[in-house]
Order: sequence, then C-alpha cells, then structure tokens
Amino acid sequence: MSSTPPPAAGVAGTGPAAGDADAPVLAIEDLTVTIGTRRGPARAVAGVDWSVRAGQTLALVGESGSGKSMTVLAATGLAPRAARVTGRVRLLGEELTALPEPRRRQLRGRHVGFVFQDPMTSLNPVLTVGRQVSEACEEHLGMTRRQARDRAVELLDLVGIPLPGRRVEEYPHQFSGGMRQRVVIAMALACEPALLIADEPTTALDVTTQAQIVELVADLRRRLGTAVVWITHDLGVVAGVADTVAVMYGGRIVERGDVDAVFDAPAHPYTRALLAARPDPQHAGGDLPAIAGAPPSPLDLPPGCAFWPRCPVRGDARCEHELPPLVPVAPGHEVRTFCPGGEDA
Amino acid sequence: MSTGPSHAAGEPLAELDDLRVWFPAGGGVQVRAVDGVSLTVRRGETLGLVGESGSGKSTTGLALLRLVDPTSGHVRVGGRDVTRWSRRRLRGLRRRVAMVFQDPQASLDPRRTIGASVAEPLVVHRLVDSAQARGRRVAELLELVGLRADLAGRHPHELSGGQRQRVGIARALAGEPDLIVLDEPIASLDLSVQAQIMNLLRALQRDLGLTYLFIAHDLAAVEHMSDRIAVMYLGRIVETGTPAQLYRQPAHPYTAALLSAVPVADPKVERRRRRIILSGDVPSPVDPPGGCRFRTRCPQARPDCVEVDPVLVEVAAGQRAACLYAGEAVRAMRGGPA
Repeated sequence: MSSTPPPAAGVAGTGPAAGDADAPVLAIEDLTVTIGTRRGPARAVAGVDWSVRAGQTLALVGESGSGKSMTVLAATGLAPRAARVTGRVRLLGEELTALPEPRRRQLRGRHVGFVFQDPMTSLNPVLTVGRQVSEACEEHLGMTRRQARDRAVELLDLVGIPLPGRRVEEYPHQFSGGMRQRVVIAMALACEPALLIADEPTTALDVTTQAQIVELVADLRRRLGTAVVWITHDLGVVAGVADTVAVMYGGRIVERGDVDAVFDAPAHPYTRALLAARPDPQHAGGDLPAIAGAPPSPLDLPPGCAFWPRCPVRGDARCEHELPPLVPVAPGHEVRTFCPGGEDA
Repeated sequence: MSTGPSHAAGEPLAELDDLRVWFPAGGGVQVRAVDGVSLTVRRGETLGLVGESGSGKSTTGLALLRLVDPTSGHVRVGGRDVTRWSRRRLRGLRRRVAMVFQDPQASLDPRRTIGASVAEPLVVHRLVDSAQARGRRVAELLELVGLRADLAGRHPHELSGGQRQRVGIARALAGEPDLIVLDEPIASLDLSVQAQIMNLLRALQRDLGLTYLFIAHDLAAVEHMSDRIAVMYLGRIVETGTPAQLYRQPAHPYTAALLSAVPVADPKVERRRRRIILSGDVPSPVDPPGGCRFRTRCPQARPDCVEVDPVLVEVAAGQRAACLYAGEAVRAMRGGPA
C-alpha cells in the first residue's frame, strides 16, 4: 500500500487486546466531509456515527453519491486532498484524527486491510503477486524476505488460490478477475489486520465468483476474528454478509440496526422503497414500484430530509425544511425520519 | 409503430442457426466467443440471455445486428438470411434492429446535444424531410421515454444516468425498429433507477409491440423482464426455458449453480440457503474443454462427460438442456451432502 521504509515497530499486538472483545475496533463519531469543487463545496458526508466490533460485519449501503465510500476513506485518512474532514475516529482505541500522517499511515498499514472494487487498482502489474503480498509482512511485521515469501504462499493458500507455491511467482495479468481479487484479499490480510474494509469487492465479479468471495470473507472473519466494513449497493449481498446495516442517503445515515430488524421492518421510506423496487421472483410480472427521480448530488442537497423530493410518503409537513433526527424505533434500530414505518400513501 | 397487421405474434423474428463467431487472438489462436449457438427470438416476446463474463452473450447480441461477422452459421431477420449482406444492405437492417448499450455515457457523443443524438437515426435513414419535422419527431421520442422535450438542447453531462439511458432508448426507437437488443441496459444505473427503466421498457414493448433480446448478468432482472430465458456458458447455450421453469426446476447443473449463487435480499433466507459453490474459473474460450464444456467445474461430472459433447434436448415442454444427465444431476447436487 505504501512504499515508506519499514518502521522500527515490532510485531507485538495483533488486533484488540484480550479482555476488551466488546470494545469497537473502529468507531467514528460525527464524521463530516466537505469537498471543495469548482462548483462550490460538496457535503459528501454529514454527522455520521457508527462502530464495528471484532468478528462482526457492518454493511454500509447506499447508491452513488450517498457518501458510503467517502465515510470510510475519510475515517482511515485516505480522503482526497481537497476534502475537509471533521469528527472523531478511534481505531483500536487510538484517536486517529489527532495523529500526524506518518503515524496514522503506520497504524493503517498494520491494522487495516483494504479491498476495492477493481483489484487492478491495488495491484502493481510489474511485480509478482508474491512480492506484493510479502511486502506488507516485511514492512509491518519485520519479517525477512525469505520468511515473508513463505508467508505469501501461506496467504495465497488461505484465500483459496490453487498451487500457491507456483503462482506466487506469477504476475497479476496471469490471474483471472476473481483470482486477482483473492490476491488483493491475501494482501489485505497479510498483517492479520483487526479491520478489513471491503468497498464493493464483488461488484465487478460474476455472480458465481461473488458467491466464492462472500464465503471466503465470512470464513476468514470467523477464523481470524477480523472486523469487516462491507460497502455495497447490493441488498442481496448485505443480507448475506452483514450483522448490522447502516443505510446512507445524501451523506447521512437514514437507518441503521441489526440486519434482521432492517430487512424485516424497514422504517425509513427510502429503505422500504429500495427493498420494494427490487424484482422479486415470488411476485413476477407487473410494474415494479419504482422510486421517481435520481439520488441527489452532494453539491445540491435539499434543506430537510434528503429523500423528500422522491419520497412516496411525505407524511409530515416538517420533512421538506427540517432535518429529522436519528431516533430509535426499536432496541438497536434507529431511523432518521418524521414518519417511521408509516404506510405508503 | 411498425407492427403491421400481417405479422403474427410468436412467429420467428430473428434466428441464429449454429452460429460461430471466432476472433483471432494472435499467435494463430482463435477466441471462440460464440461456438455453435442456435436461437430464435419470436415476435413480441422478451428473450433473456444470461451468462457470466466471457460466455459470449454480448457477441451473440452483436451478431444479431451483424455488428460482428459470423465465422460460420446463419443469421436470419424477418425471414431473410442476412449472414452475407453488404454494409449497404445492412443499413436497412439496422433500422429494423436497434441496440441499447450498458453505458449511456459512452454511447452518446458528449459534444452533441441530446436532440442531435436522437435525430441521427432519423437523418441516416431519411425518415424526416425537414428540420421542422425532425424537431417534432425528436420531441415525440423524448416524451415517449418520459423525458421533457426541452431536454433536446442539453448535453449528456447535464443529465443523470437514468435520463441518459432514456435518451439511449429514444435513439434506439427513432428508426421504428421491430427488435431491440438490450445489452445490460440497467447494469450501470443506481438501484432506485433500475426499476424505472425496467418499467419503461415493458411499457414501450406493450404500446409499440416491440421484441427484445435482453442481455444481462442480473438474474433477478432477467427473470422479471423475460418470457423465455437462454443460459450461456463458454460460447454455448446450455439451457432454455421459461423463467418459472428455470427457477423452479433447472435441468442443467450450471443453471442450478448460477441461480443458487444469486443473493436474496432476506437475511433469513441467506442464512438457511445452501449455495452450490463452483470451484475454479471459467476455462479459456481459446481452448474450451472437450466433451461437455462445463465438466471441469461441474460438481456432478461423470466419465462420459469427457467423451460426449451434449446437445440441447427437450426436458419438459418448452424447456431444453444440454446435459447428459439433465435433471438427474441437479437433483443429486441439491439433495447430496453440502
């Protein structure tokens, strides 16, 4: 991920210390990201809070411009230079926003693994995959080159790449799309990170390959106790991977809770409309209940509820001009609306 | 629009007959993108074509428009064999058969106005005789796809993704086609916009009597849109049938695996379900496996699958599968140990 010289730090401490298993691995509070653009400031993320614990998967769901990716990039210090980030971010109990970038980078490299949609953005085409997987082990775990190479073979085996001893010498172009994504996951796991951030990791893959990657991450999370933040727009994937869900719209969380609560009793008109608009094999034929219009641009957000212009409910006169607060509708289930669970008009 | 009284619904409108499309890949080898496909699209229906990347589904769609040259086999449209037609004659064909692409951003010229893009087929096919008639027709087409006529003066970057795809559809409708090849028309759209476009396509089909070849990897969308579905794997069709047949009783192990891999937006179903996880990757279309092409990944492959290249055979009324153990293999996969 980075090419700085190896820091002096030792190998000690992988993941959260024993005894505080309930402490969040990553917790963000009141995170706001404003990006300066030629057309004015874009408020990409506004007042977002969430946390994820060891062995748990949080799914961040949203459409384009919802702020789901920017939330995670800003939290880990990877936001673009034009972005102004405020709020608090604690990784394994350490306040990241207060740290100078070199220290932050070191913590990130050691404790956070990233998997992005296109594996080629993470892979260097002129280095063997073995070199790329082992680099992190040398840099952050202080391994020798020889040890790191053995570790790379182990990791390729762990992520289900056949003949890892041979393939470790090959280059990214010699791998299929699905196998490249496995290599990226191996790189992300090289330092046994406490946190894995997966940003649409299966969107570019075929559905049978997606099923393989979903199973792989679930299995690794069980075996290694990794906390996972999985960013996706696919509600089917969310249902399969998540323990908790945060639905984002217009830069804010509009609903969050336990995965069963959100799918069984979606309380925000947007969540309900999104679930209803999916073609359902049980109810074939007829028109789909589509949502009118398009998601808002972060450059041009409505003053009240961001979903108001498209909302089929509009159950409260305040919605247009006043931002609804995020309030509980059930234990562990919160929603940002003036009309929770109300019937569609 | 163009459906005259002489056309009976259900008659073959476009047919592919043992079609092969091979591309040279350097070093004397050939990529067998489409390798023996026979397919009939009937007037008035939506035929869904599904398959993973490299299955040859997009090339099959391009072959129907003769946008790629067949290596062997035949393409028939409206009863006429167009396999060897010249470019000049094909211009007429491309009025009858139109195409909508995945990425409306890439298929619209960024420097031209929406109106100019929609008007292009009108000009090419000489369907209007004055600037005034052209403007009227463009306005009509934009309204037909649910856009305001005054968007004609805008440029693509001023529109949302959903609006741009509506422009792509308006442009496809300009020549009053019988058949539209829809190649992943909703794949690059936001989830909340996909339903709008699917509803629009269905309404246009109803109102204008259109026939669709709907190519997509999103199986839920294909199931929703299609009257019949054909499943492709490595350049071949492995199964065809109605959506209900394929979902309830798939006969080919690949269809069963593909459907079992589709995630369902219900956490309880997801926790209970048993996926059929295929091992490995799709083999190279340069050198497909002998015998059954799916045997290298098939959980039920048997010794004679190496020897025999299975053909499509009827397994139920209107359902055909290319598997020596059609039905039986799927039952074994579903009933067997996880």
